[in-house]
Parts: sequence; structure tokens; C-alpha cells
Amino acid sequence: MTAEVEETLKRIQSHKGVIGTMVVNAEGIPIRTTLDNSTTVQYAGLLHHLTMKAKSTVRDIDPQNDLTFLRIRSKKHEIMVAPDKEYLLIVIQNPCE
Amino acid sequence: MNHRPKSHPEIYPLVLTTKTQEIFNCRIDEDITDEQPYKLINKEDIFEDLRNRAAVSDFHPVKKIVQEYPGNELLLVYDKDFKYGLNFYLIGTEEGKENYLNPPEVSEEQEEYKEYIPEDVYIYKPPVSKPWVSLGSEKEIEEASVTESTKQITYMISRKRSEFGAPIKFSDQNASSVKDAYIECTAYPDKNFTLKQLEKDVGMQVIPQIKDISTQTKWTYPKNATTQYYPREFSEEEKETLKQSKPLVDFLNNASISVEIALQQNEITNTFIDDWKHLAEEEGTFGDKTDTHLKEYQSFTDLHSPTEKMITCVSWHPTIYGLIAVSVAVRLSFEDRVHFSGKLLLQPSLILFWSFSDPIHPQLMLESPDDIFCFKFCPSDPNIIAGGCINGQIVMWDITTHADRIENVKAGGSRSKKATLKPMFLLEPESNKEAMYIRHCAVSSIENGHKKVITDIHWLSDTFEINRMGSVFENRSGICCQLVTCSHNMFWDIRPQKPLTPQTTEKKKEENIEIPFDVPSTFLHLDLSWKPLTKVRLSKGETSLDHCPTKISLKEDHLLCKTQDKVLAQSKTAKAEEMNPYHNLESGMPNLLKPIDDFCTKFFVGTEEGEVIYTDWKMEKDPETGRLMPKKPVSLHTIHDGIVHTIQRSPFYDDIILTVGGWNVAIWKESVMTGPLLQSCCAPKRYTSGHWSLTRPGVFYIGREDGYIDIWDLLEKTHEPAQSQNICITMITCIKPWIFSSKQQFIAIADYYGTLHILEIPWTLSRPSTNEMTSINHYFEREVKHLEYVEQRKKIREQEKKEMEQEMAKKKVKIYQKSKEQMEAELKMDYESYLELEKTVLINLGLIKVTEKGSYSDVM
Repeated sequence: MTAEVEETLKRIQSHKGVIGTMVVNAEGIPIRTTLDNSTTVQYAGLLHHLTMKAKSTVRDIDPQNDLTFLRIRSKKHEIMVAPDKEYLLIVIQNPCE
Repeated sequence: MNHRPKSHPEIYPLVLTTKTQEIFNCRIDEDITDEQPYKLINKEDIFEDLRNRAAVSDFHPVKKIVQEYPGNELLLVYDKDFKYGLNFYLIGTEEGKENYLNPPEVSEEQEEYKEYIPEDVYIYKPPVSKPWVSLGSEKEIEEASVTESTKQITYMISRKRSEFGAPIKFSDQNASSVKDAYIECTAYPDKNFTLKQLEKDVGMQVIPQIKDISTQTKWTYPKNATTQYYPREFSEEEKETLKQSKPLVDFLNNASISVEIALQQNEITNTFIDDWKHLAEEEGTFGDKTDTHLKEYQSFTDLHSPTEKMITCVSWHPTIYGLIAVSVAVRLSFEDRVHFSGKLLLQPSLILFWSFSDPIHPQLMLESPDDIFCFKFCPSDPNIIAGGCINGQIVMWDITTHADRIENVKAGGSRSKKATLKPMFLLEPESNKEAMYIRHCAVSSIENGHKKVITDIHWLSDTFEINRMGSVFENRSGICCQLVTCSHNMFWDIRPQKPLTPQTTEKKKEENIEIPFDVPSTFLHLDLSWKPLTKVRLSKGETSLDHCPTKISLKEDHLLCKTQDKVLAQSKTAKAEEMNPYHNLESGMPNLLKPIDDFCTKFFVGTEEGEVIYTDWKMEKDPETGRLMPKKPVSLHTIHDGIVHTIQRSPFYDDIILTVGGWNVAIWKESVMTGPLLQSCCAPKRYTSGHWSLTRPGVFYIGREDGYIDIWDLLEKTHEPAQSQNICITMITCIKPWIFSSKQQFIAIADYYGTLHILEIPWTLSRPSTNEMTSINHYFEREVKHLEYVEQRKKIREQEKKEMEQEMAKKKVKIYQKSKEQMEAELKMDYESYLELEKTVLINLGLIKVTEKGSYSDVM
């Protein structure tokens, strides 16, 4: 089980341009991360709120709809959040060279 | 008795005696009867009576009246009822006489009758008008009254009668369209009524970042509340258990699919690129060739020196704008130096500080025991300068006390700092025109130092330290405290050595030398007793000769150019503390410091013979002798034909090095040991100095011996310089560019005749194009690949060569073994094959028919 988890995360991390990967639980507490602690905590807290907000937005517009993926593109990187009922997978990538 | 009635002032009551009555014939009841109670008396008679009887006359009291009486006859009336008090009365006026004689009978009679009506009944007396007496009230009335001051205007309006009463029709009209349809009184700002607030009372307070959050509460009084928190985290065991849980695995399996798709999308293409914008930027750089030459800004020459000097080294002050330091040396050959050594001793050797604001007088002059050939500012404290002398000594200066002098100069310059060039020498130079001579702080020990001229000196970065073995440790003090000099490659530490050996204590006793009072005691512990920490010798392999290094390039050197901000921040913090860390140097404690592992201790060295050596300074133990020996150089190349005078790392890449020497230039990559990436062909003139550009990764400047500067641009041409510009008439000895702001970049060029030229770098040379870094990267990678390919080809060629040689050898062997018959047979065979060839050619040409094939050979 753990090997599978490790393997998946390693695969994601080895993509080109990926800066960091983290797995966060439903309350915003990080479970597994490749970045340092303070950065992880910051990302987890902020993105958790944002994901909740995005999810509620989507559901407000159409109650039968649901949020599947959230991508935030900024000048320097792209933050990708895959939400779930209990967990969040956050990946930060630098898309351009 | 004698009361004249007020209503009848002309009546004068009289008493007439009987005698008087007889005289005037007005005896009662004889002359005067009821029917005629009056008598007209002549005035003459009265006068006569008066004359006759004077005071006795009854007319005496009325004498005056009689005299004033206008007429001739007076009326005397008998007053029977004593109405007026006496029995007769005289009427003094004519009209009274007339009235009596001819009375307005009715009213008078009525009046008389009314008089006799009983007096308790109110008798109406109509008011008798009297002349008005003014008591001053009319003035008040005048004041209080409102009168029309102006005359009232009267209008007369007339209209045709037919228009009256006609039906009216109203219509709309735009007031602005018709002229004069309205009169406007526009508002205008009247200056009399505008108030200008000249003073405003505002309170300000600087606070760190605040966050405002509000909530509805019962507000009694405001008070500050703070929150401190730490994030929730899982412990390790919890993390482990969670990792094992199935939901997490399922989640990851599901989520990773979409995540990977998204990642791949980004890798394939950047969807947010604006192609139009990117296109425009590239064109801009090529088209903007308005100004590609270096513009002369200023030049400095020392006019006070008696002998001719040349500039050996130039360095910009790391923090102060417009301040540049040059080291000057006497322009003599070695023999002449020896010859004139007596004279030279008397002249001080100097480092001059020039400022843009004063081109004639140097700001500071640092004295040294002998000519300086290279010097550097300390990166962590620009007030410490280390220089290498011609006699092999290292000299240290501390100009902390004079720092305000040069900083004041900066203030004078910055007042009028504009983006355009303004000649700063028009400003008034600061009052201290006399430059001060500052003596050096410390010199190294002569016995233990170099024996030859020091050609290069570097401060080691403040992030690491070296100990005696050459291994690298973490630098705790945060300041640059170690130097490396190049003449035999020695490492020096500027901190006091620990008193381990008795030698040092002896030297301490000797240190009772008189010190001039104005020399700071920063480096007193080093003066004349400074020994190097370690020495690194470059031996030439088996021979006992050493290489003669001229310049070195360490890994961290390029930080000195770029991190201006870092230095500023550090120097500011140093000033904030009361004590300058350099004044409180403690000896190093290598045992307690953390060693830095996998630190690259290799560096490049350029030698006098034109070789570029890549070697390691870390010592290793020689297994045979047991002594510490320096490692063998990793690579050695002889590229240049003359002395290598510049080895420099690119400010953009850690591992690209530029070497200039002799007649050509070479660019190296640190990991590629087979050869230089780029090696230029021989130039017509010798190259004497070089430097990378600080902002463009593909540009570097080379100075020639005829005073020209070659500007190379790797993106334009790689076989020759892109530009060549004449600066001066003599050899260029040093080039140093410097960035002041994003718009101003200067390059300082020093020449052999002692003049320092400051030029401004134009826009095209200072501004990198958008993809310049990546293009240069690609270029270098291509070159690396090219080198690899060349290596491979070399090998392949060697192999081929070997094979060919073998074949040749075989062939030769064969030839010797052949006998004569075989040779003839072979010749015949060759001839026959030739005939065949001739036939086929002729057939192809159509000169012989194919059917005649058989007969042809018979014919032949």
C-alpha cells in the first residue's frame, strides 16, 4: 500500500518542471509533502480554503455539479489541486523554461 | 378789574367819569342809550383831553392805543353790564370797530347767547388753529420716514388691439439654439472665495502590516487583541497509518490521472503565450542600432605625479556611486627599476580614489610600500581594501575613518543625478581639496610571503572558510575574512592566529613599533607578521619546476559583481551595530565549525606560459612520502601564446570561463575538459585585458595593445569581434564595467599612460534581448556537443587510421612477396579488364554496334 502511494507520488514529482507535491487531508493538515514544512503548511492552509470556496461556488450555480479539478496559473508557476471528499492533492509546476 | 378779554384783544375797558362824559358827549342815558350804546370819538378830541388833563384824563391808560390807532375815530362803547369790568370800553382796532358797528349778527349773537347758557353744559369749542411750534420732532419723522430716493420709472407698453384676447399657442424652443433667448449668469471660480489650506495637521505612525477583521460585539471600549497560533500537524505515526489506509490509495489513483494529464498539457505547450508580443520584442532589439558605440563620459589622470605612471588595476567602489579606485605603478622595465630604485623609494606608491564630481583631485590616496599591481575591495565591508605589491607583499588598508569623506562626495553628486549625462565636474567639489594620504594598515611578512609580484588577489566569499588542510568549512562570522593571492597561490586569513607556537609570542614582544597615530589599529595583529594560511603549489609534474600562475578564478567570484544589494545590506547592518566586525576579529575556530561537504575546491589558473590549468587546492596525503601534497591538476591546456592575464567566470553562468591571453581568446566550460568551447583565431594585435559584460550573457570586452577595444557578441559573430572602437593611443591595461542603475552603465578602461577613461555603455550593449540567456545556453550546449563529437571523431579517426595502417602494412607485405610471373599475369589481367571497359564505353557512346561484339575481340 505505501509502496503504491510512494510510487504514484514519485511519478508525479518526476515530471518536467514540478516544484513540489503534497497530499493534504480534508481539514488542511498536510499528510505527505516534498517541500519544506513552513511552505507546505502555508500552501495547505490557503489552498484548502480556496478549494472549499471553489467547490461551493460550483455547487451554488448548479447543485448537481461538482468540482473536479482546480488549476491556478500565475506568472511564475501553475498550482494544480485535485480535490476529493477526504483529501487534496496539490502539485506545483513551473510550465515554461 | 381791568381784564382784557382774550378772545377780543382789541377791547380796552375804560372808566369814564361824569365830567369826561360831558366833554365827549357820551353821558349815560342821554347821549348813549340802549339803542346806540356807542359813540364815535375823534382822535383829536382825545388828544386834546389828554393834553388838558394829562394824568387825570380817563383816557390816560389807553393813551398809547389811541396814538397807535390808525383811523381818526375811535369807538367807545357803553358797557352797561360791566361785561368787561368797567362801564365803558374802547375798541382799539378798526376792524373791531367795524365788527361792532356791523357785526356778523347771527354768530355773534349766538355766541353772546351761548355765553349765557348755564355753564354745566359742555360747550363745544371747535379747535382754533394755531401756528405750529417746532419742538424738533420733524427731524425724527424725517429720519424714520421712507421716501423714494429715485424717481419711479414708468413703462408704457402697447400692443395691437387685435392681439388681445386671441387664442394662445405655446411651443417648445431650445433656449441655446436661439440667439439671445436667454441670458446666462455662469458660475465661475472666484479667487476671492477659494481657500487654500496651507497647513494640515496629520498624525502618522509607522506600523508593521496589519489585518483588519470586524465582528459585531457589544462595544464598551476598544482594546487590542492578538492571536498566536501554530499549524496543526500530524505526527509521524499518524502519517504512516494514513498512508496505509485504503481511501488514500484510491484517492491518489484517481487524482493522479487528472493531475498527470494537466502536467503533460503544460509540458506540451504553453497556452498562455502571446505570440504577438513575443514577436514584437525580438524585432526591437535588432532595429535599435542608433547608438552602438561607447560614449566617452569622463577621464581621470593624475597630474601631480613626477614620473610617468601606468594604471595596473581598476576597481569600482561597490556601494558609492561615482567612485572608482585605480592603482598606479611606475612605467619602467625591470632593469630600469633596479637602476632607479633609490629614486623610487622616495616616491609613494598610491591607490587613487577618483570621483565623478572632481576630475582633477583624487578624493583619497592610499599609500603602500611599493607599487600595487592588483587590489580588491572587501565584499562585506567596502572600507577594507587588500592589495598585492610588486615585491610580493600584501597590503591592507582600513579607511573606515575616512569613509564619510568619500560618502560626502557621493551626496554631492547625487543631488543632480539625472539619467542624461551631465558633466559632474561642473558641480563644486567638496571643500577638502587636499586629498589625504592614508597609510596602510598592515603588510604581510616578507619572509613568508610571495617572492614575486602578486598578480591577482581575491577575497573568499563569506559563506565558507578554509583551514590549513584546504578543506572547506562554514563561515560563521558572516564576513569575508580570507584572501587568496596569486603568485604561488597562497591563502591568507586576516584574523589573528591562535598563539599556539612560541614563535608568535616572541613576535608579540617585538611589536613595540611606533605606530603613526592616524593609522587605524584594525589589522595591527597582522602587521609585518602575517603569514599565509596555506600554500598551493602547482608543480609541473615530474620536474621540480612550478607553474607561474598569473590569474585565478574561484567558483564564487562572480558574486562580487552582482550582489551590490547584498553588500549594501550587510554594510548597513554593520553600521547599525556599534562595533564593526572587522575591528573585532577573533581567530578562527576550525574545530568547531561545520565542514561543508561536496564543495567544489577546484579552480582555474592561468599561467605565464599561456596555459590554462584546472586544479584543486585541497591537499591530499601522498601515499609514498606521507606528506601533504597538492593534487595533480585535472586538466592542462596550452591555448594562448602569451601570458594569460584574464580568467573570469561569466556573471550569468557558474561554469563558463573566459580566458584572454596572447593573441586569442578562449571560453571554457568547467565540466568539459577536452578543450575550450570557443577559441578565437589569432588577432592582428595582442590582447591585453578582457572582461565579461555584466548584463548581457553573450557579450565581452577585450582590450588590445593599440588602444582599441573589441566588443564580442556571441550571438552575432563568433569568429571575430562584433565591434571595434578606439579609446586611446596606448595599450589598455584594465577593463571594468559597472552597473549603476538600469539606465546607466559605465565601463572603466585604464591605459598604459596612466589615464583612466570612463565610458558609458549604450543601450544596445547593456540591455539583453529577451531570449539571450537561452540562446547563449543553446550555443554553449552546441559547442559542448561539438567538442564531444570531435572527440568521438578523433577516436573514430584513430581507429580508421589504425585500420588503414594495418591495411597498408599488409599491402606492402603482399607486394614484396609477389614473383615476376605473378606480376605479368596481373598486368595482363589488368589490360584485359581495361579492354572490356573501353568496349562498354564505346557501346554506350554508340560508336560500335552491339552485334559486332564478337568480331571486335577477334579484330583486336
